[in-house]
Amino acid sequence: MKIKISKENLQSEFVRKVERISGETLSNCYQCGNCTGGCPVSYEMDYGPSQIIRLLQLGEEGLLMNANSMWVCVGCLQCYSRCPKCVSAANILEALRQLTLRKGTDHENVSDLPFPFLKNAPQQAIVCGFRKFVS
Amino acid sequence: MKIPYYPGCTLNTVAKDFDTSAREAATVLGLELKELDQWNCCGASFPLTPDNVMGLTAPTKVLVNARKEGDTVTTLCSVCYNVLKRTNKAINDDRDRRNLINEFIEEEYDGSLQVIHFLEVLRDRIGFDKVKNLVKRPLKGIKTGTYYGCMLLRPFEDIGIDDPEAPVIFEDLLRSLGCEPVEFPNKIECCGAHLAMGNEDVVVRLSGNVMTSAIDSGADLIVTSCPLCQYNLEKSQKRLVQDTADYSGIPVLYFTQILGLALGQSEDMLGFEKNICDIRPLLKEKGV
Repeated sequence: MKIKISKENLQSEFVRKVERISGETLSNCYQCGNCTGGCPVSYEMDYGPSQIIRLLQLGEEGLLMNANSMWVCVGCLQCYSRCPKCVSAANILEALRQLTLRKGTDHENVSDLPFPFLKNAPQQAIVCGFRKFVS
Repeated sequence: MKIPYYPGCTLNTVAKDFDTSAREAATVLGLELKELDQWNCCGASFPLTPDNVMGLTAPTKVLVNARKEGDTVTTLCSVCYNVLKRTNKAINDDRDRRNLINEFIEEEYDGSLQVIHFLEVLRDRIGFDKVKNLVKRPLKGIKTGTYYGCMLLRPFEDIGIDDPEAPVIFEDLLRSLGCEPVEFPNKIECCGAHLAMGNEDVVVRLSGNVMTSAIDSGADLIVTSCPLCQYNLEKSQKRLVQDTADYSGIPVLYFTQILGLALGQSEDMLGFEKNICDIRPLLKEKGV
């Protein structure tokens, strides 16, 4: 993958906004990869948590917003628990989700959810799913 | 001893066995779980972005109602516990967010409540020694995989119930009931959580790994304190039993069902028949 590093991308409003919403300082990450190593769902992600942070450091908005990673993150906080610099990749991925949802773009269509799931699933799965996937 | 208790939505509906077994066990231990007069859903996820103050309003309302009934509130569901405890800490530590929320919900809450899990009630207020003395049916020889999942433990600085990488609170309780806890690699790994909505394959893989890791480590059953973990494990188990020739299955129970059993509650009252893998043949086999 070829990435063009530009001043505009590095200093973009998008990157500052992710820092503001997540409360995380991206430059704290020195890419040790512990988060991706501990992440139970990194195998399913287009980019693992440490790669997401690296792409943010490089201001790659397009790649980040089109990746599935933010929708796969379960928010289990294993990344944060194992980070030697106390960076929470989960908070950063939640910020990316929030940026999408706040534009009114849903990840799940509520009317498409199967009836057996709505009938049998714990309320907490439904409420949490709505919070993570629906604007 | 009476302690204010927040059941949460799931324990009021699909995880009713978790609620009733805990209340019964508490009575035997000389404790009353006094349900809050008024409560609402906690929101089922702590907002991970600090700018999302709106996500804190529902759990703050729960805390406000609980504070009216005492200085402590206990809960059984790991997610409710995580959300309430983290919200309480956020309100306590952060004046800006506290002021904003209080203005919005028209309350004056200061974060002075103590949010404790029922496991902490058993460990710190009753004591596992006392629990052990009240055991009527020691579960000797039952090898238990104690599944913590995520929300009971992380993040450590907000939750602090136990060591986030090597917790023992579950094992200590089960030992007092006569069980033999076994270590297994996935005991603090995620079950797939809310991906139950729309991404079942990931859930089956993660929950499946939890169960096979427990089985491979010699566990006869898995205990949990989270209704979503229980649901994900059981749902995955159903698929694994159907699709995998050499997967035998393992009972997945709430820790209060095992506690109730050891304290002498009738097997018929504990809801064992709802599990995909029934624990009752195992009890017979082990002669307990």
